[in-house]
Amino acid sequence: MSALLRHRLTWPVLALVLLLLLNQLFRADFLSVRVQDGHLYGSLIDILRNGAPTILIALGMTLVIASRGIDLSVGAVAAIAGAVSCMYIYSSPEPASLQTAATGVAIAVVAGLALGAWNGFLVSVIGIQPIIATLVLMTAGRGLAQLVTDGQIISVSNDSYQAIGAGYFLGLPISILIAAAAFGITGLLTRRTALGTLIESVGINPVASRLSGLDARTITWTVYVFSGLCAAVAGLMISSNVTAADANNAGLYIEMDAILAVVIGGTSLAGGRYSLVGTLVGALIIQTLTTTVYTLGVPPEATLVFKALVVIIVCLLQSSRARTLLSRRRRPVTEPSRPKVAA
Amino acid sequence: MGGTAPVVDMQGISIAFPGVRALDGVDFRLFPGEVHALLGENGAGKSTLIKALTGVYAIDDGTITVLGARTSFGTPAEAQASGISTVYQEVNLCPNLSVEENILLGREPRRRGAIHWREVRRKAEEVLDQLQLGHIDPRSVLSSHSIAIQQLVAIARAMQIEARVLILDEPTSSLDADEVQQLFSVIRTLRDRGVAILFVSHFLEQVYEVSDRMTVLRNGRLVGEYLTAELPRMGLISKMIGKELDALAELEEAESRRQPDRTDQTLFLQAEGLGRKGSVQEVTFTVHDGEILGLAGLLGSGRTETARLLFGADRADQGQLTIRGTSRALRSPRSAIDRGIAFSSENRKEEGLIGDLSVRDNLILALQAGKGWWRRVPRATQDELADRYIKALDIRPSGKDTLIRDLSGGNQQKVLLARWLITDPRLLILDEPTRGIDIGAKTQIQKLISSLAADGMSVIFISAELEEVLRISDRIAVLKDRRMVADIPNDNITMEDVMTVIAGTNA
Amino acid sequence: MSVLTRTPAPLDRPRMTRLRGKARYAPTLATMGLFLAMFAAGAVMYPGFLSGQVFLNLLIDNTFLIVLAVGMTFVILTGGIDLSVGSVVALSMMIAAALLQAGWNPAAVIALVLLTGATFGLLMGLVIQVFEIQPFIVTLAGLFLARGLCYVISVDSITVTDPFFTSMAQARIPLVGTLFVSPGVVIALVVVAVAFYVLHQTRFGRTVYAIGGGESSALLMGLAVPRTKVLVYGISGLCSSIAGILFSFYSLSGYSLAATGLELDAIAAVVVGGTLLTGGYGYVLGSLTGVLVLGIVQTFISYEGTLSSWWTRIVIGALLLVFILLQKLFTRKVRLT
Ligand SMILES: Nc1ncnc2c1ncn2[C@@H]1O[C@H](COP(=O)(O)OP(=O)(O)OP(=O)(O)O)[C@@H](O)[C@H]1O
Ligand SMILES: [Mg+2]
Repeated sequence: MSALLRHRLTWPVLALVLLLLLNQLFRADFLSVRVQDGHLYGSLIDILRNGAPTILIALGMTLVIASRGIDLSVGAVAAIAGAVSCMYIYSSPEPASLQTAATGVAIAVVAGLALGAWNGFLVSVIGIQPIIATLVLMTAGRGLAQLVTDGQIISVSNDSYQAIGAGYFLGLPISILIAAAAFGITGLLTRRTALGTLIESVGINPVASRLSGLDARTITWTVYVFSGLCAAVAGLMISSNVTAADANNAGLYIEMDAILAVVIGGTSLAGGRYSLVGTLVGALIIQTLTTTVYTLGVPPEATLVFKALVVIIVCLLQSSRARTLLSRRRRPVTEPSRPKVAA
Repeated sequence: MGGTAPVVDMQGISIAFPGVRALDGVDFRLFPGEVHALLGENGAGKSTLIKALTGVYAIDDGTITVLGARTSFGTPAEAQASGISTVYQEVNLCPNLSVEENILLGREPRRRGAIHWREVRRKAEEVLDQLQLGHIDPRSVLSSHSIAIQQLVAIARAMQIEARVLILDEPTSSLDADEVQQLFSVIRTLRDRGVAILFVSHFLEQVYEVSDRMTVLRNGRLVGEYLTAELPRMGLISKMIGKELDALAELEEAESRRQPDRTDQTLFLQAEGLGRKGSVQEVTFTVHDGEILGLAGLLGSGRTETARLLFGADRADQGQLTIRGTSRALRSPRSAIDRGIAFSSENRKEEGLIGDLSVRDNLILALQAGKGWWRRVPRATQDELADRYIKALDIRPSGKDTLIRDLSGGNQQKVLLARWLITDPRLLILDEPTRGIDIGAKTQIQKLISSLAADGMSVIFISAELEEVLRISDRIAVLKDRRMVADIPNDNITMEDVMTVIAGTNA
Repeated sequence: MSVLTRTPAPLDRPRMTRLRGKARYAPTLATMGLFLAMFAAGAVMYPGFLSGQVFLNLLIDNTFLIVLAVGMTFVILTGGIDLSVGSVVALSMMIAAALLQAGWNPAAVIALVLLTGATFGLLMGLVIQVFEIQPFIVTLAGLFLARGLCYVISVDSITVTDPFFTSMAQARIPLVGTLFVSPGVVIALVVVAVAFYVLHQTRFGRTVYAIGGGESSALLMGLAVPRTKVLVYGISGLCSSIAGILFSFYSLSGYSLAATGLELDAIAAVVVGGTLLTGGYGYVLGSLTGVLVLGIVQTFISYEGTLSSWWTRIVIGALLLVFILLQKLFTRKVRLT
């Protein structure tokens, strides 16, 4: 029992379950999932579908944070990805064809990779502090997206493109499938190979890692490229869902949600050990929270206050101090487990 | 001393960490005006006992009496306020601040509320002079100094507190013979003033030289308290390791090892005038297969800097490095490792440990780095390697999944050594590999190095202990003032010979 | 800066003490140098740029950011971060505007606002310290909370008509010739001076640096780590509410959406000023220069005049980048691996 109480995922999972039950109290059909036209429908599916972009971005963010970095530019990258693909589709001679959609997606993915590589270059080669290096792209990125769309909201009508964010496959929304696949592949790629441990090493002690022969530079670079890729795919989902590119508002504040998801999931911003499952739970908590606000009918003025309180409560429950009180584990009086926090 | 009351009296102290009973009902007394040595193997619980006393760890059981009053300090600050001044095993100072601040932090003299910087400097210089560290600029940043100097600054800080009790956890592990003597003379002065001194060291000569009384721990339990004059070395060793093992004889055996002539072996590495601006200059020597080259020199003479150049941790900008007959410029540790060179740093906290990872992950780190991220060392191989080296080097606790930061200092050092041995390098550069390692393990490691060399591995061995360098090396390169000044074969040369070289040459 | 004028140390000193000693100041000095260079560049490119008033306007337009950056410097020096500052600025403005509208005495309003800000910060600090939750998260929750409270007070903008506030908005303190500053500038510079004194001349200030250098070391050295860590967030909260008042002087209104994203500006200013986000290294004067750099970037944009809103963003990002790259270039020589 006490082992269960100490497990770092216990409280986030509990919080998620409680939130869902709270919704169920207010809306009796909340937890039910029904089949309609061969598609799954229901609030749970909605949460997953709306949360897919956040989950994806949080996935990339987890690895960046594990390497002792942070990526503030993901929202801007998502906006750019949406902008370039929609712009391509919009201006192509065959705006409705599958091939056009595929090319648009490919362009967006390449853009995401390139922007990620840019961040990685600034951090790992030039040695700029991650928060500032990515702040540059966060600031300039939305401007770039507007430049692409010339400040307009670009609407496209292409069924294939729309499928990414709003389509169904085997009864499930495609965006959920994409997020799940990304999640699974990342899990395999980092835990079946040595990549995960090496990222953690670099995050915990970069100097010692370099002296042990790790190519810390390449590893750091890789995680930013990956984060850029995740952000681009998330950006495609967002713009495809509304069949338009909105350079100003697409993915606004998504970086904060993603970071929040990572931390609620138990990964320290000081770098080092990470948990992908934790991030998933964290992202779901955040998405459920948004849904809860509507279900409960919280007045719009108080939405942020409500969100703040839930975040604090989840973090309090999860904090090692609170867990100590609960499980009466003895601990050193001083010596914090990770003395330094590098954002 | 029987008449006076103890300043510190600890009774039945127990502390358990998850999975380890670090202390189990230990009694300990410390009297004013004595130097009391705390002894035991790596992981015996010495540092934990000290941290229990100074309020770093809460105790599970037992009582602590300081100056006749029952106490239990909640923080190190409280212990300090009651006159207990401590130098912990790992240097615990702020690398970003100046030497003078580190000495006086929290106790800066003030004038009308503001820190009186001139007074800070005066006080810092005063205590630095006592330790013969007059050449250190008190305004220089701590991180610009070597580990040894940092250690001395930590001692200076502890001395600056006019304390009743001075605790020194392995203060001499990175010091040269001269510094040790300097420290001892300070310790004796303090003792004569009535200060109670608790001293931890793995150097038995030092223990016999300076201590009046000793307490021996083994596996978290008290073995006993003895007067130094009444317990001979052999007796002490067997009390520490718990067997009537002939450790001393083994030591002698290691000492009598005479080097076979290895000059017929193939040349592995040749450095010619290697140097780096602001680091070391004119490093010229050769290393053959199976040869052990010792680097000798005083503190700050450039030993570590030389090692870093050979490992590509710093890039050389002068001279030439030839490996296996091909001229190479090492641009990074990676390129050195690919040529078969390994380097275990003297600074294990900053440059060695990946604190939050397990012993297993730390052990295989270098091997894995060499294979790249894609080819993960299979779990079974990991287990097998970890088990083998945990056993071979007697790493305790023996759990593979313990976080390395929870290991005692000496055991951490063994893990780092094993990290490189696993990669099977051609040249192993060891910077202070036996620092903080207990006498049994030290013998073991020295033997290991000899046998590795016998199997054809080259070793560059750096140690502040000249004796150790002489005992184990085939040849000695002497450094002075960041220049290499001599390269001498080790046939029956003595410490005096080397000291003469160091004293005699003018750089 | 006595370190820079000291006579060279003898060669046998271990590991380049002297260089590393200087390296501490390098990023801050580089920032100052680059700021001057940018100012000179502006003078060459735009007529009328080279005037004392253009420089003073940098101060006048950024008083609140200066104060925010000062508070942020304390927090970042300990290795923490405070994301709530922008929202606390908005909350302070809302409280001030609402209370003034209700006819409160301006002195009482200001006192209450400052108290609220400091308390808000202290509470966040307590949560961070007692429950060991990461500052990023606690202050992010603080950001949501303070912004949410703004909406609770009023969704609409509230205009300030109080005579004291309006007089502060219009007041000019003449300097030599036709040059002038606003009262806000004086307040901001006083805050900088106090912060400088506290950080360099008090034990509290040195503890802030020590925590950044190594928190567990600072604890083992017997320093008042928990108290200091809580206090820095209190200071940041206090600075945020001072900034809120200054912003009110400047804008004469309270609006829930005011000062969004200001926390990033403050962090950017601090980092551009040479402070390391990992803590332990940095100076308030650097942060002040950092604010001026951000300000001069804005001035460039306004001199350029015709840029569309997206080009403005791109140019700001690009200038920030150029600046950081140059700073890196200048400090590289003194930095050692
Ligand atoms: N914070 C901790 N968490 C868990 N285990 C710990 C912790 N600190 C120490 N230990 C364990 O307690 C035991 C005693 O460690 P301690 O550091 O006191 O040994 P020591 O006698 O000082 O050894 P050394 O000579 O190597 O310094 C070891 O087994 C160590 O692994
Ligand atoms: Mg110890």
